[in-house]
Amino acid sequence: MASKKWIAMLLAGGQGSRLGELTSDLAKPAVPFGGKYRIIDFTLSNCTHSGIDTVGVLTQYRPHILNSYIGNGRPWDLDRNNGGVSMLPPYQGKDGGEWYKGTANAVYQNFHFIDHNDPEYVLVISGDHIYKMDYNKMLEDHMENGAHATIAVIEVPWEEANRFGIMNTNEIDQIIEFDEKPKYPKSNLASMGVYIFNWQHLKKYLTEDEMDSSSSNDFGKDIIPKMLMDEAKLQAYRFTGYWKDVGTIESLWEAHMDLLEESSNFKLGDPNWQIYAGNANHPPQYISNDANVTQSLINEGCLVFGNVDHSVLSYNVQIGSGSSVKNSVIMPNVKIGNNVIIEKAIIGSDTIIEDNAVISNSNLGIILIGENQRVSSESPLLQAL
Amino acid sequence: MRNVLGVINLVNERPILKELTHHRCLASLPFGGRYRMIDFTMSNFMNVSISKVAIFAKDKYRSLMDHLGSGKEWDLDHRSQGLFILPSIHPDEKVKGDLQQFYDHLEFFQRATADTVIIAPGHHICKIDFNDVIKKHESNKADITVLYKDYDGGAVKRPIYHQCSLDADGVVRDINFFTAPKKGDHICLETYVIKKQLLIDLIKNCIEYDEYDFLKDIVKANMINLKVQGYQFTGYMPFIHSLETYHASNMEFLNPETLRHFFYDSWEVFTKIKHEAPAEFTNSSKVSNSLIANGCIIEGTVENSIIFRGVKVKKGAVVKNSIIMQKGDIEEGASVENVITDKQVIITKNQKITAINKPVVIKKAIVV
Repeated sequence: MASKKWIAMLLAGGQGSRLGELTSDLAKPAVPFGGKYRIIDFTLSNCTHSGIDTVGVLTQYRPHILNSYIGNGRPWDLDRNNGGVSMLPPYQGKDGGEWYKGTANAVYQNFHFIDHNDPEYVLVISGDHIYKMDYNKMLEDHMENGAHATIAVIEVPWEEANRFGIMNTNEIDQIIEFDEKPKYPKSNLASMGVYIFNWQHLKKYLTEDEMDSSSSNDFGKDIIPKMLMDEAKLQAYRFTGYWKDVGTIESLWEAHMDLLEESSNFKLGDPNWQIYAGNANHPPQYISNDANVTQSLINEGCLVFGNVDHSVLSYNVQIGSGSSVKNSVIMPNVKIGNNVIIEKAIIGSDTIIEDNAVISNSNLGIILIGENQRVSSESPLLQAL
Repeated sequence: MRNVLGVINLVNERPILKELTHHRCLASLPFGGRYRMIDFTMSNFMNVSISKVAIFAKDKYRSLMDHLGSGKEWDLDHRSQGLFILPSIHPDEKVKGDLQQFYDHLEFFQRATADTVIIAPGHHICKIDFNDVIKKHESNKADITVLYKDYDGGAVKRPIYHQCSLDADGVVRDINFFTAPKKGDHICLETYVIKKQLLIDLIKNCIEYDEYDFLKDIVKANMINLKVQGYQFTGYMPFIHSLETYHASNMEFLNPETLRHFFYDSWEVFTKIKHEAPAEFTNSSKVSNSLIANGCIIEGTVENSIIFRGVKVKKGAVVKNSIIMQKGDIEEGASVENVITDKQVIITKNQKITAINKPVVIKKAIVV
């Protein structure tokens, strides 16, 4: 088999426990997003648009939905004769096997897969961020700089810098120090969890890291600091577009609201950068005589008889007459009855909200209703709001 | 039904929709906000698991080929089965009839392992349960089953439909060609079930005698010596034979009952997948009683209309009682009423087009 210039290793094993009930049955990258997508579609589509034809998807937690969703990779043009998409769960070898202990260990355990493809560079990305990025530009930068590793960074507001892995760089954007969630950040360049490594160089570090029983086998915590200690050439690549980690209910909700901003520079409908998704088949959305829809994204299969303002409706959502949905995210197949009020909420897939229910509270928090629930106006769940 | 071959016969399509079918066959005409007419027949086949489908295309089938691709969306990209587009092999000659084209591709029938064939046209908007049709075909011990529907459309003066006469047992006793339909007439749906070997034998026989029309030379000519059974289709199916009926039957999809009938049960209607984003509504959008497909950006007013994928209705624009096909662009302050715009039409700023009585068609990619 011909060797490849580069391949991508996509980390998709995270449980996403901070997404609460949304991830009780599925991995975080499989959580629905933006009305018709799953979170992982954004990174997979980035790969497609960057011309990457081989992607290993590292799965661990609740992989079934992800497995069947990605299938042979056709929606992302990854159904290739040579390469394509491979699902890589932990496996048993003749010396046994074990769960992925950390991000670095997950890649280490699959070094045969990578060697088999024989790439010069390996792109390591994670499946739980919302952004549109041409990794090719980053690779060009990486090659031009002759770096051992390049890490994509984005400027975050200084007051939030303590929530991120922060890269301290010199005047030519070489990384001199890595601070994981620093109390007193020296820089506001946050790691996006997007890395390009020279494979042979990385392989050496992964192997050494595996020997080190004190290591947590994590790229951010172990591999990068080790490389810095050895004075390897680590380059920061500044990304200036929209990027959002949707690991919490708040950030997931905010990212949806960002999509609704008219002035937003992050539009789903960019014809030059479509987000590909495993399409379900649904009829066009029907907006009835009495419905009122403003500043919203509505996907196919929806039947809207009520009012929808500043919200995202995923496919096959039904909203009864007299109901009002505001500042909310409604996930696939949710049925909302008549005279229901929903405000600032995320409603999980397949949930039924019966007539007259009021899902709204006066404080500022976001209300989360999980998947597959049945909520009536008498539900204790609502009384507690 | 691995034992059944699906045939979509476009050879007999008639030029009933003028501008809309000037550059495309009727089967590939957009319908219902997101579909093309052929999707309904394709999906009828798919819903009964027919895994081999041939489309006898006469002409203007470029958009059809683009739409159907490998047949993947209808689960037809199989190794040995799948989708076959069988065009005319005599491009310089006028097609003599559907039997000529069946004969030219006789190998398709001969090679197929299936022993029963369903033949249907490509423009019927309906859900037909072919499992039931085949079951009746067999229990009636019919040689040919002919589907018909009692005419329930409006008055038409032009002779456009073939009419079946049936006896008390539902056996077809006569066929009258090109009649102006009246309410209750048994209109032939040009949809048939026949055993494959019988079909092959009859085709060969007809060609030998210079006979080229399936309905006339196979069905009607053999009414005495074969058992030709009628099958009444009683489900929903609009009769589409003019711009008005095309417009009206699209508008029928704005009835939630019709939508539920077609789309909200286990029966699915499939179409080509496009990766359009969800439809976007802004602060200024006012939409009522309309179908809006993905990829649309609606900033203006839309009433009683069907809006296909990727259409933009800008601020202050008004769309009423209209059908706007893919990638249409209704610019600021423009308004259209009772209009059908073909794909990629642009209605420029402040232009107003209002049609009274009869819908007006704006041809493909025109800038008004």
